[in-house]
Amino acid sequence: MNPIPTTQKEELISLYLNNLDLITENSAEVLNHARQEGIENFKLLGFPGPKSEKYKYTKVEPLFRSDYEKYFSPRKIAFKVDDIFRCDIPALDTHLALTLNGFYLSNPTMLHELPNGVVFGSLAEAAKKYPKLVADHYNTIVANDDDGLVALNTAFAQDGVFIYLPKGVVLEKPIQIINLLMSDENQMVQYRNLIIAEERSQANIVICDHTLSPAEFLTNVVTEVVTKAASNVDVVVMQNQHNQTTQFSHLFAKQERDSVFSSNTISLHGGIIRNNIHVLLNDTNCENHTYGLALIDRNQHVDTHSFIDHAMPNCVSNELYKALLDDQATGAFNGRILVRKDAQKTEAYQSNNNLLLTADARMYTKPQLEIYADDVKCSHGATIGQLDQEARFYMQARGISEREARLLLMFGFAHDVVGKIKIEPLRERIDELVNKRLRGELSRCHSCPMHCC
Amino acid sequence: MLSIKNLHANINGKEILKGINLEIKPGEVHAIMGPNGSGKSTLSAVLAGREIFEVTQGEVTFNGKNLLELSPEDRSREGLFLSFQYPIEIPGVSMVNFMKTAVNEHRKYKGLEPLSASDFLKLMRERKELVEIDSALTNRAVNEGFSGGEKKKNEIFQMAMLEPKLAILDETDSGLDIDALRIVANGVNKLKTPENSSIVITHYQRLLDYIVPDFVHILYQGRIVKTGTKELALELEDKGYDWIKNGE
Repeated sequence: MNPIPTTQKEELISLYLNNLDLITENSAEVLNHARQEGIENFKLLGFPGPKSEKYKYTKVEPLFRSDYEKYFSPRKIAFKVDDIFRCDIPALDTHLALTLNGFYLSNPTMLHELPNGVVFGSLAEAAKKYPKLVADHYNTIVANDDDGLVALNTAFAQDGVFIYLPKGVVLEKPIQIINLLMSDENQMVQYRNLIIAEERSQANIVICDHTLSPAEFLTNVVTEVVTKAASNVDVVVMQNQHNQTTQFSHLFAKQERDSVFSSNTISLHGGIIRNNIHVLLNDTNCENHTYGLALIDRNQHVDTHSFIDHAMPNCVSNELYKALLDDQATGAFNGRILVRKDAQKTEAYQSNNNLLLTADARMYTKPQLEIYADDVKCSHGATIGQLDQEARFYMQARGISEREARLLLMFGFAHDVVGKIKIEPLRERIDELVNKRLRGELSRCHSCPMHCC
Repeated sequence: MLSIKNLHANINGKEILKGINLEIKPGEVHAIMGPNGSGKSTLSAVLAGREIFEVTQGEVTFNGKNLLELSPEDRSREGLFLSFQYPIEIPGVSMVNFMKTAVNEHRKYKGLEPLSASDFLKLMRERKELVEIDSALTNRAVNEGFSGGEKKKNEIFQMAMLEPKLAILDETDSGLDIDALRIVANGVNKLKTPENSSIVITHYQRLLDYIVPDFVHILYQGRIVKTGTKELALELEDKGYDWIKNGE
């Protein structure tokens, strides 16, 4: 036996060592192969500490409490998918991928292989069936030696969602990933997603994070997206867990020549959310869109860190983050754009706008533009303000009550980001969820029995 | 319809309105003219319920109700409409959403059911034609990126949608070219009925060629110093304000 651990870091390391057999047994060789490096890095890095500039506004270690249960094999919870999830977004016909507490949920198979060659399903299953394909991409673009939480995920992740888009395939139907958390006990969940878009492929991916039971959850999830030449991947993330959850979400994307990668992260509910987004524009003529919206109240905390890395010439990136904070909610945004020496003709834009509805809400924002090339167009702007009184009066002068006027203004503020969603039925539905969220109603779709918050 | 008696109002402790008296009956058009800083816009803002102005004295009744006790939204629902001198841009809020909310709040106040989506769109279409507003404008966010003329047309469109009993047009002609002025004025005239009234605040006689007033009032230093008929506006155009200022 290992010595009795004294810190959360040591506890997790010993948990890893004591359960390594179980962890590897319920995963796949490709993932297991990366674990050792993961845990070594975690040993070195530990949790991002109080001195970490990147995690200045989110104290990480205390959040990894020891009372979370950790399971290293999928627990059998008998339910029918249709009983808990029914997406009624009209015209939003999707390929459905489900995970339960970090393990892929067979529906009815672990791996879907479409006639056009698209594969989606369990990452562990894909790693067994297509070991070379997965090994060539898995863990290739993440910052294991930079962020202890990412290294921790690499050590522990056993499964998650895998998506493969073959060359030239344009997937018409979006793939919808529903991540469900359900447990009687407080639980810690770490899983991993891998998305590979081959040359000229295209897909829309919707990721929804939900909780189905009132237990407390801590999630530490890493998603890797590899977009090869001229591919186009659009990811919309809906974070709608209950407010006793903590989530660390790390999204890494690597873009090759002429590719387009867009992500839009909408945070409605969730206690503490930390979103890391790291995009590497690795070749010329790439286009990146990184958007996010947080609507938070009470004691919610949403902290976003983005890093757009312009490594090559002639790429465009566009970043828009908005947050609306009520009650005592707190938020942080740190958006770093790096334009490397060779990245001439870069266009990089960043905007972060925040509305505080009370005197107690707090927002910390830090745009960070580092430019080492001399022929670029870059801009950044950050604002923190209150609802526009002039606009409110204008609406009242048209007979709109003060409450409705405020709601319309907040909705308008949020719609800037929601409006970027390309799939119309999804955009309309998210507008509706945002509207419900702002009105303090349950932000769930009315015919879906799932209780998201 | 509207009765203003001895109205005094301050902003930041400075008295702007110093005892206004004005009676408006159904169907009447009143023009208020006056030099810059005489209190014209303050009067319209006080009537619409702007909080930054403090009413220190006087009373205003509108259709038998004490106007000054009503919230801005209730004043609107009672049938008061202010066409803003500087309409506000509201990014992110679509014209359709804005107008639908406004129309339905008015209906709720009257105890009516909200309009169905199709009835609402039909109403919008009709009123758009009436005031000759470009269809594309109503597909955009409220006033966002509108030209000066478009903003003023949009005010008249909103007026057409809400069918007020009393419309206050605060320098609706400012920033308009001749064509836009004609369209705006035509819109106002088409909306005119024997029951509804308007207050037209303007610097220039030109607008009154299109919207012909029954009465012309001259506001100076927070008081109405002269009242006449439309000929008074012509006289002003001819002589300027100096003869008023010099107390002739």
